[in-house]
Amino acid sequence: MPEELLLDVRRLRTEFSQGKKGSVVAVNDVSFQIHKGEILGLVGESGCGKSVTALSIMSLLKDTPGKITGGEVYLEGKNLLECSEEEMRKIRGENVSMIFQEAMSSLNPAMRVSAQLVEAILLHTDKTRREAEEHALKMLAQVGIPDPARVGRSYPHQLSGGMSQRVMIAMAMSCDPHLLIADEPTTALDVTIQAQILDLMRKIQREIHTGILLITHDLGVVAEMCSRVIVMYAGRIVEEAPVQMLFYEPMHPYTKGLIASVPKLGSGVTSLPSIPGSVPDLSMMPPGCKFAPRCRYAQDRCREEEPPLAELGGGRKCRCVLVQDKEATVQ
Amino acid sequence: MSPLVQVKNVTKTFSAGKKLLGKKSVVHAVNRISFDMVQGETFSIVGESGCGKSTTARLVNHLLTPDSGEIWFDGKQISAMNENQMRPLRADMQMIFQDPNGSLNPRMRVEDLVAEPLLVHTGLSADERLRQARELLEIVGLSAKHARRYPHEFSGGQRQRIGIARALTVRPKLIIADEPVSSLDVSIQAQVLNLMQRLQAEFQLTYLFISHDLSVVEMISDRIAVMYLGCIAEIAPKAELYRNPRHPYTQALLSAVPVPDPAVKRERVLLQGDIPSAVHLPEGCLFHARCPLCTDICRRQVPEPQDLGGGHVVACHHI
Repeated sequence: MPEELLLDVRRLRTEFSQGKKGSVVAVNDVSFQIHKGEILGLVGESGCGKSVTALSIMSLLKDTPGKITGGEVYLEGKNLLECSEEEMRKIRGENVSMIFQEAMSSLNPAMRVSAQLVEAILLHTDKTRREAEEHALKMLAQVGIPDPARVGRSYPHQLSGGMSQRVMIAMAMSCDPHLLIADEPTTALDVTIQAQILDLMRKIQREIHTGILLITHDLGVVAEMCSRVIVMYAGRIVEEAPVQMLFYEPMHPYTKGLIASVPKLGSGVTSLPSIPGSVPDLSMMPPGCKFAPRCRYAQDRCREEEPPLAELGGGRKCRCVLVQDKEATVQ
Repeated sequence: MSPLVQVKNVTKTFSAGKKLLGKKSVVHAVNRISFDMVQGETFSIVGESGCGKSTTARLVNHLLTPDSGEIWFDGKQISAMNENQMRPLRADMQMIFQDPNGSLNPRMRVEDLVAEPLLVHTGLSADERLRQARELLEIVGLSAKHARRYPHEFSGGQRQRIGIARALTVRPKLIIADEPVSSLDVSIQAQVLNLMQRLQAEFQLTYLFISHDLSVVEMISDRIAVMYLGCIAEIAPKAELYRNPRHPYTQALLSAVPVPDPAVKRERVLLQGDIPSAVHLPEGCLFHARCPLCTDICRRQVPEPQDLGGGHVVACHHI
C-alpha cells in the first residue's frame, strides 16, 4: 500500500521572458508525485530546470522574469497555483518549506539565529514568544547543534557552512511541514560535513515522515538518499525510475551517459566515457528529441519529432523512441 | 632520477589582523609540509576547504613565498628567488584555474588569449604565435574556426579547454591545476579529465592536481597527499591510499564520499564537529578533536610522519 499522496505536479510549464526576444521554456510539461515519507531525487546538470521546478512549486518566481504558464501543483489536494500570495505565505513554512544551497546567504545577516527562528515560528503558529523561543532552542538541538543556546545568540557570519545549513534545516522544520524541498543542500559543503547533513535529513524523513524533494547534480547523493529518481534534461523529464533500476538498468541514453561519466570511488579506472558536446541553449533548442545532437543512437526520426514520456510499467518512464520501440517488441 | 619538484619542510602563515594590545593573530595555512614530485607523474593534493591545498599550489608556483622551508623546481631553489629571477622559469610551470570565467580576459579573442604566453616567453613572430595558438585549440578539441571568438561565446567546458590550451603554449614541464573540473557538470568533467590525461602522454607533462573530490583524484593521480588543517596527514600511491588508508582522517574522508551505487550501504565514519580554526591551532595532533581513535598522546604531541614503506607516509600516533 503506497503512502498517502503529498505533492502532485501535473504538466508544469514555466517560461522566462527575454524581453523582445520572446521567451524560453525552462520547465516543460513536468509531472511527478511525492508521497509521504518518501525522498524523491531530481537530478540533472546545470540549466536543466531542476531549480526552476522547485521555485515554481513554491511560487517563488514573483520577482523574476519567470512565469508559470501551464499545469497544476497540488499539495495535499490543494492547487498551489491558484493560491493568492497571502495564502502561499501561510503554506510556505507550514506545509512545505525549502532549503537552499547557500545557507549563509539565505539567512538574514543582521539578525541573531534564534530571532530568525522565533520569527518564523510566531508567523506560523499561535505559540507565545516564550514558547517560540523554547521551540527554537529545541529545533536547534534536534538538528545536532552542540550548544544551541550559544549558536542561537550568534549571527550567521559567525557560523561555519555546515552549521548554517543546520540552522536552515532547523528553521525549515520548525513548523512541521509535510514536504521539504532541498535544492542542492550539500553542494557547498565539504564531504565530511555533507555526510553529517545527509544523515540529518534521513533522520527527519524517518522520524517525522516528511516527504523530501532532493534536488542535486550529485548521483552519489541520489544513490544514497532517494527511493525514486527523476532525471531532467533541457527542461524536460527524460526518465523516472526507482533508484535501483535507474542505476543498474538506465534506459534513456542521457541517463546512461550521465551514470557512466561519474567517477566511482575505489573503481580504479583511469578514463571515463563522456557525453560529447554540451547542453543546448534554451533559446536555441533543436526540434525533436532535445538530446539527439549528443546521442550516439540518434536516428533521423529522433531529430524530427520529440518523443513523449512513455510509461513502461514498474514505476518507470522514459522519453526515448528507441527505448519505447524496444519495450514494445519485448512485449 | 631527481625529482622535478621538492617541497621541504615548508610553512606559510598569513596575518589575520591585529588583536588588542598589538598581539598579532596569524592563520597557519601550511605547516611544515614536505613532498617530492617526479617527472611525468600526477601528484594530487586532496582535502576539505581551508586545508591549505591551494596555498600549497601557490607556494610551488612562487605566487607565494614560504615563511620557512625550501622549494626546489627542476634543480633550482625557487623559494629564495625574486620575481625577476623567477620569470624565465615560469614558462616551465603553468597553471589551470578552477573558474575559467574569471581567468580568461573577456575582452580578448580566444586566439590572442592562447597566444599571449608566447608573447611573454618567446621571441616568435605574431603570425607564428597565432599559428601555434590555432594548432593548440585543435589539440584541446576546439576548432580553429572558433579562434576569433570571445570567451563568453563558449560553454564552461570549452572555456576550461581554452585555459588548458593557454597553459600548454609554452610547453611547460609542470602544470598546476587547482580544482580544474570542480565547476563543471559531470558529463563535461569527464571530457576535461580525459583530455588532461591525453595531453599528459602527448606532452610529457607533470601535474600537480588540487581537488576536494576524491573520486576525481582517484581517476587522474599516481600519488596522493591528504591534507588537513595545513598538514599532510598521509601520502601514498593511489591504489594503496584507496585500498589501505591508514590515517583516521583519510578513512573518514573516503567513507564520507557518497557512492553512485544504491546497493552499497557503507559503514560510515561520521566525524563530529567542524574543522578547527587555523588561527588557533589545537595542541598535539591537529585532528585529535574529531578523531575516533584519539588518546592522551594525541592531545599532547604532534605526530611525526612515519614511512610505512612503498612510499606510504602517515602522520598518526596510532599506526
